[in-house]
Amino acid sequence: MTESHEAASIELVDVEKRFGAVQVLHGVSFKVYPGEVVGLVGDNGAGKSTTVRIISGALQPDSGEIRVNGKKVRFDSPIVARREGIETVYQDLALAPHLSVKANLFLNREEIRPGLLGRLGFLNERQMDQESVDKLNLLHINIASMDQIIQELSGGQRQAIAVARAASWGSRLVILDEPTAALGVEESRMVLNLIRRVRDSGVPVLLISHTMPHVFDVTDRIIVLRQGRVVAGAVTRECTLEQVIMWITGGQAIHAG
Amino acid sequence: MTNDEAQQEISRAAAPRRSRFVKHLRGMWILGVLLAMVLIFGILAPGFLSLQNWVSTSVYATETLLLAVGETFVIATGGIDLSVGSSLGLSAITSSMVMAALVAHPGVGIILGSLVGLLTGATVGLFNGIIITKLRITPFITTLGMLGIASGLGFLLSGGTDITNIPAAFSNFGGYVFANFLGMPVLVTAVVAVVSGIFLAKTRFGRRTYAIGSNREAARVAGIPLDRHLIKIYTLTGVLAGVAGLLNVSRFAIGSPTAGQNDELNAIAAVVIGGASLFGGEGTIFGTTIGAIIVSMIVTALVILNVQAYWQIVVTGAIIIIAVYLDQLQRQRAAG
Ligand SMILES: Nc1ncnc2c1ncn2[C@@H]1O[C@H](COP(=O)(O)OP(=O)(O)OP(=O)(O)O)[C@@H](O)[C@H]1O
Ligand SMILES: [Mg+2]
Repeated sequence: MTESHEAASIELVDVEKRFGAVQVLHGVSFKVYPGEVVGLVGDNGAGKSTTVRIISGALQPDSGEIRVNGKKVRFDSPIVARREGIETVYQDLALAPHLSVKANLFLNREEIRPGLLGRLGFLNERQMDQESVDKLNLLHINIASMDQIIQELSGGQRQAIAVARAASWGSRLVILDEPTAALGVEESRMVLNLIRRVRDSGVPVLLISHTMPHVFDVTDRIIVLRQGRVVAGAVTRECTLEQVIMWITGGQAIHAG
Repeated sequence: MTNDEAQQEISRAAAPRRSRFVKHLRGMWILGVLLAMVLIFGILAPGFLSLQNWVSTSVYATETLLLAVGETFVIATGGIDLSVGSSLGLSAITSSMVMAALVAHPGVGIILGSLVGLLTGATVGLFNGIIITKLRITPFITTLGMLGIASGLGFLLSGGTDITNIPAAFSNFGGYVFANFLGMPVLVTAVVAVVSGIFLAKTRFGRRTYAIGSNREAARVAGIPLDRHLIKIYTLTGVLAGVAGLLNVSRFAIGSPTAGQNDELNAIAAVVIGGASLFGGEGTIFGTTIGAIIVSMIVTALVILNVQAYWQIVVTGAIIIIAVYLDQLQRQRAAG
């Protein structure tokens, strides 16, 4: 195991969550360390998205703790989580389709002009344009113009923009919920490369995916959720596809961390 | 590296399907329709291209445009405001009642009356915003209800009759025409439209407005304060209805409880003609301005052509349906 003495970037301790009468998470605990890609896998309804929404502050747990660098935190809203450097790409991307690439990269983080115009809320388009180019270049993403409207982009390009936005603002953790679900082979490969580049920049990535080859391709560790419980955790290169599928479907429960 | 090759392939394969150029073309297209209408009406009705008709049409258009500017913000968020016309009417009544009551002190009356008129519009808009965001009632139902409330209150306050006794200084203001060419209401409305247009296009306020209409959930998780922003927008729309109410009183030198009737129809038509989508995320003040001129021109053209002006209401209603249908078609084609 990569059980290191370094403080975990993020740690969940005994997180429980119920919706009405239905208990969705039963004491979920796991850690993500700096510089690793962790795959969070499990069947439909296992609780992956719920877990993600709790880490990103969109949902609050009923009990349990979230720790950032070993320190207990409370994420009452996505804004608080983002202030801690946790950025999420949701399953539905959360891009504004009518707005430009630039406007989406800077959504609610717009650069404002200096002086009086800035006080009135006037946008500094030129600076955002330059910084957008830099953000995309850093991840080797090719977009013709920062003024292109999201609606005009391909699925892979949209995914790339969503990942770039998360990566450029996320300093502690980038969470990706099903980033390759709607993509073709080439576009998926591009996103997997993006994930590696984010990791290489030192920011850990939590990847949720049903596509096992992608998970095996890009992750360092795999955590398996089944019916709201962590049933397994293993170093990716030390386990096989068959094992992971068995953990997901409940053939056999092995606790490895 | 094969990765980079793959990426280049992807960016080439995914060339923009609908370029910005086409979007700009759409704006120009509306401008072309406007020019064609001016030409056709000019040929059909000799009086249409007269200076006198310009002054009356442009002043008439201000009422629609003032309401349509607010409506553009609302529609850009994916909402709708059906109460703008009756909000105008209620503002006309409250402001004119104050002015009439203080007719012995016209200076005080005009200032107080104007403030009360603006405040009336603001209050109607504020209630719309609060009901929509806090009680979570759809904009359509909320503002439909408010249409009834504001309109009914206008009739109750006025007893159903026109408020006369408006200070001369106030009606002179609305009737003033610079150089036989530019009516005072046109000047006021032009300033409102230009400032609003710049704000919608260039500021964070505008960016938030589009973001909410484009993808509300994305705006929410980005941390945009949805409720606060929507309340501001409906209140702003109410204030503009108040301005339109004051200009209405000023132009006609009476406060009429029927002022603004059917105006929401014109305002919404202006916005959709101007290229906004009722699904939100789109719309410009420039487009809306062209739309408001087109809607208003139809009225004066019908009058000059000796067609009953009531036909304009029919035509405007049909325009809304057709414009929204075309928008839907384009959307389906983009999606499919
Ligand atoms: N807001 C909600 N209200 C009630 N039940 C919910 C809610 N959100 C999720 N659930 C339930 O919680 C369970 C876990 O859902 P979750 O979305 O976390 O699963 P998942 O692992 O992300 O599944 P998938 O792979 O299909 O995305 C499901 O049974 C789901 O129906
Ligand atoms: Mg999910």
